[in-house]
This record gives sequence, C-alpha cells and structure tokens, in this order.
Amino acid sequence: MTEQEALFTYLLRLGDDLLILSHRLGEWCGHGPVLEEDIALANRALDHIGEARNIYDHAVKVEGKGRTEDDLAYLRNERQFVNTLLAERPNGDYAHTIVRSFLFDAYHLPLAEALTKSSDEQIAAIAAKAVKEAQYHLKHSSDWLIRFGDGTEESHRRAQQALDEHWTYTGDLFVQDEVHQAMVKASIAPDLNTIKASFDATVDRVMAEATLKRPADGYMMSGGRQGKHSEHLGFLLAEMQYLQRAYPGAQW
Amino acid sequence: MSDDNKNNWPLWEIFIQSKRGLEHKHVGSLHAADAQMAIENARDVYTRRQEGNSIWVVPAGAISSSQPDDSAMLFDPADDKTYRHPTFYQMPEGAKYI
Repeated sequence: MTEQEALFTYLLRLGDDLLILSHRLGEWCGHGPVLEEDIALANRALDHIGEARNIYDHAVKVEGKGRTEDDLAYLRNERQFVNTLLAERPNGDYAHTIVRSFLFDAYHLPLAEALTKSSDEQIAAIAAKAVKEAQYHLKHSSDWLIRFGDGTEESHRRAQQALDEHWTYTGDLFVQDEVHQAMVKASIAPDLNTIKASFDATVDRVMAEATLKRPADGYMMSGGRQGKHSEHLGFLLAEMQYLQRAYPGAQW
Repeated sequence: MSDDNKNNWPLWEIFIQSKRGLEHKHVGSLHAADAQMAIENARDVYTRRQEGNSIWVVPAGAISSSQPDDSAMLFDPADDKTYRHPTFYQMPEGAKYI
C-alpha cells in the first residue's frame, strides 16, 4: 500500500463517519421531540455533511481518478464504506440519539483539534473549521446527557441503557491498523491513544455530573474501518442512495 | 401562559444583538426547560444565518405588557405633537445610529 492509498483510505474514514452520522441525524428532521431540538439536530447534521464534503473533495483529488464527492457518497457499496460502527447505530429513542452523538463528539473534538496540526495542509484547514462546530456539538450532547442522567428516574434509566448499548461500539473508534500507523508516521494523523485519553476524560467528567455509570470496557465490536458493518448500514444506504441508484446522474 | 401547563416547557422571549454596540432586538420566542437551554435553543433556532453576536433570554411570564384597550389613552395624544420628532436638526455626517 502506497502512502497515497493510505491517505485516501484515511480520508474516507474521516468523511464516512460524518456522512453516515449526519444521515442518521437527518432522519430526525420533522420528527424531533420539540421544534427546538428538531432544528438543533438538523443544524448538526448539516455541520457534519459540510465537513464530510470538504474531506471527500480532498479525497478525490488525492485519489486522482476523476471521481467526485457525490460518487463517493452515492455510488459506493456497504463494504466500501469505512465509517466507524457507532455512526450507523439506529436512532432509537432520544437518549440513544444523544448518547451516540455524545460518544462521537467526545472523540471528534480532540481529533479535530489534533488534526489542525496535521502535516497535510488541507486536512489541517478542514479541521480548523470543524473545531468550533465540534465544541458546540459536544456541549449540546453533554448538556442533554446530564439532563437525562440527572433528571427523572425514567430519563436516567433510558440514558444508562443507551450508554450500555452503545458502549460496545466505542472500541472501533480507536483501532489503529496499518493505514492509521502510516498516517501517524507521516504526521498526518494523531496517535489514537492520545485521543482516547481525552475521550476518557470527557466521558468521566460528564458521567459524574450526569450520575451515570461508565460501562466496563468488555468485548468491543470492530470492523467498521475494514468495511465490515452491522446489518443497519445497508438499509441506511438504500435510503440515502436511492435516487442516484434509480436515476443515475440525476441532478436538480 | 404555558407556564401553568406541566407538559410544556416554559416560554422564553428571545433577544438577539446582531453587532456589538447595537441593541438586542426581539426576534421571537421558544420553549426551554431553563435559561441555559433557552440560550442554546435560541442559538439553533435564531442564529443559523449569522444573525447573532449576543443572546438574551427572558421568561415570557416576566414581561408585563400594556393593554390593547388602553392604547388610545396611551398613544393617541402623541399624534399632533410633531415637534417631538427630532426632524428640525441636521444629522451629523457619518452618524448612523441616532
């Protein structure tokens, strides 16, 4: 594997996390628990899509095969997506949605901060823009998680349940394979152990305030980075890609 | 007022300052459980298109309003007092916000 191929794969990982999560958040549009949250989730989905587009745009240039960002989003199959498993988890109830975002944000913010120092100038520029958004995302999801955890008996129970269910998927965020090691060596990406330390600190801080119990690090699901996904991703792609699959090249 | 309704969050009136030095303008209202949530909701609902520099939130119940029935008494007497308008002065050049 050349460094160029590794960089392309790494960019896909960054972009796919955001695209898939943004689609999940977009599924709430018009169904939010209150108007204010409906808009908050749509805003956040748009932030994620915006960042994903910048990353895909960079990725297709690195690849140099004349593909476009739309080709990456709409014309790849399930096994070609390399998003982390957490991103494709179904929305569930609002506690599930908030916990999924919280766990992702606790990873995404320190990652974006670290990527501002990437030796790849394009990645550094994209990350610099993403940091401010990611700060707000983490604040939004943390505030809600604290309200749920420290709220009523039912909200506490649901938040803890969502946390326990999603926790198994957090290990996949920190897998460092050959591709990632090549990126670390080229000073393009940070060592994920440093991101994990920051993730742990955020989780512990918010868990304490939310009076929730941090689940034990038991068996962790993994495989997202190799394109091995849960049964949920295929359905998500079927909906997201329907139009381009049914009417190839359609524009409006 | 929805404050009495246990199933709804209280109503907040939202004021946004678009630029430093300008006034906070009323832009609308929204529901939130407390002031912190009201500020975050206001950020998401009312400042999506760069409208904001600062946000004030006020519990709608804390605002006292004049009665429509009193409007004749309150406002009509000003009708024929044009001398109260500062139209007899020249605006200093370059002064935008007077």
